[in-house]
Amino acid sequence: MTWYAALGAVEQGLVYGIMVIGVYLTFRILDFPDLTVDGSLPLGAAVSAVAISSGVNPYLSLLLALGGGFCAGMVTAFLNTKFKILHLLASILTMIALYSINIRIMNGPNVALLGSETVFDAVTRLGVPSHFAGLVVFGLFAALVVGGMVWFMGTEIGQAVLATGDNPQMITSQGVNIHMVIIFGVGLSNGLVALSGALIAQNQGAADVGMGLGTIVAGLASVIIGETVFGCQTMARAFIAALLGSIVYRLAIALALGLELGGFRFNPSDLNLITALLVIVALITPNLKRRLLAR
Amino acid sequence: MIGLEHIVKYFHKGSVNEVFALNDINLRLAEGDFVTVIGSNGAGKSTLLNCIAGSFFPDSGKIFIGEGDVTRWPEYKRAGLISRVFQNPLLGTCPSATIEQNMALAALRGQKRSLGRGVKGSDRERFRTELRQLGLGLEDRLLDKVGLLSGGQRQALTMLMATMVKPEVLLLDEHIAALDPKTAGHILALTEEIVASRRLTTMMITHNMKHAISFGNRLLMLHQGRVLLDLCGSDKKTLTVKDLLEQFYLAQGEELAMDSLLLG
Repeated sequence: MTWYAALGAVEQGLVYGIMVIGVYLTFRILDFPDLTVDGSLPLGAAVSAVAISSGVNPYLSLLLALGGGFCAGMVTAFLNTKFKILHLLASILTMIALYSINIRIMNGPNVALLGSETVFDAVTRLGVPSHFAGLVVFGLFAALVVGGMVWFMGTEIGQAVLATGDNPQMITSQGVNIHMVIIFGVGLSNGLVALSGALIAQNQGAADVGMGLGTIVAGLASVIIGETVFGCQTMARAFIAALLGSIVYRLAIALALGLELGGFRFNPSDLNLITALLVIVALITPNLKRRLLAR
Repeated sequence: MIGLEHIVKYFHKGSVNEVFALNDINLRLAEGDFVTVIGSNGAGKSTLLNCIAGSFFPDSGKIFIGEGDVTRWPEYKRAGLISRVFQNPLLGTCPSATIEQNMALAALRGQKRSLGRGVKGSDRERFRTELRQLGLGLEDRLLDKVGLLSGGQRQALTMLMATMVKPEVLLLDEHIAALDPKTAGHILALTEEIVASRRLTTMMITHNMKHAISFGNRLLMLHQGRVLLDLCGSDKKTLTVKDLLEQFYLAQGEELAMDSLLLG
């Protein structure tokens, strides 16, 4: 793997890491497997790209994307809590609906951002070389999101979110309306995923309706890799581990794609297979480790 | 003050599995009443407590807590007035949160939660003092996750958490049934101490007739969703296990008689 490829992988790991934080919130903290993210990532990208191309400030467009993702997550959680639709199914329904909505928002399958002002321009204007701009911006946003989430989980409301995933009966008996907590939590998660999508779109100069494919699998892979490699003893550690897991995941993918065995090479289209294998390995490793150690 | 008026509850109404769970329950608890509730399996004891707590709404009838009508209040809203301790020691606490976080969650029972710190520095001393009452050494383990504690320790913590905000009524649903005899004795003593010192209105379900007689100032026996026996004051004091068993068999005898009529 070249340095250039490694740098690109770390950059991607950071920006998708924001999405992974969102997935960690639903999947691990709220115990709510949420596939909405496959739709809310391109939603964020679409909202941000369309906003920018119609003259909105790029930072403001990030907020709009976050709000859009928040609403999408709320729809899923609303279907689950108020209408008792299974969480997986509810999130698939929202995800499918978002495909059409995203095309409506972009008035087509994609929007290009060539020549428009993005959040990266402000950084390059400060004198940062353009190939480091992504790293700086993504690093900054990822750190902000991790810090914000660690702070939030320590608040009274954050603790109620933690308890809702852990023991819904207990927190209900403490007077918390868990439906509201789930709607807020899944909303927040998808807001982060949309933010991640918006940053990706501004970085690669285009939003595309297909860019969300496999988001949930990459998110789960990163969460599990992070937990396995870096541990999750405290809240702060768990969120940092999720972010680092995302970077390790992207590095692993880059490594696999650069691999050459005799005449065999992976194609970019093999990515989904590699991801699936990575997730399987990450999922069975703790189990295997336990069995081997028990001997 | 707790009041139940003509509470009726069916489960699976209209299906072959229909259960007539609560059959016209009328009950009035005065402030400071400690009621023990007994009855055979399926008598409606837990259903009665769950109905008061708001786990489900009754088909008809009214529920009053304090002075207000709470019949249509959802469970989380009633939680401001009610504390519960469940039979399963795992249900009362949050395993992946620390002891102090659990206590902080309970210290806000029924109140609005804000973006302030979940556990404040000033809370810790109060938590330590309260934990010291338990005599389990938990006051030195504020930062331990509750998942690391034993069932008995968790149930003791739940008892403490249930009364951090004084409830209008404390509901104990066989809260010592899942514990070993020694721990159960400890939790029961703790219950008596807490209920007496804070003068809590309490309902305690038990399968142990001795406990039902020796604890509290009032005893309810339920059978098939009805209140079969409601004794208080001197009637309860002079009660023996034998009396209770007689009542039990009397109730079941009725059933047998009806069965033999049907089958004969």
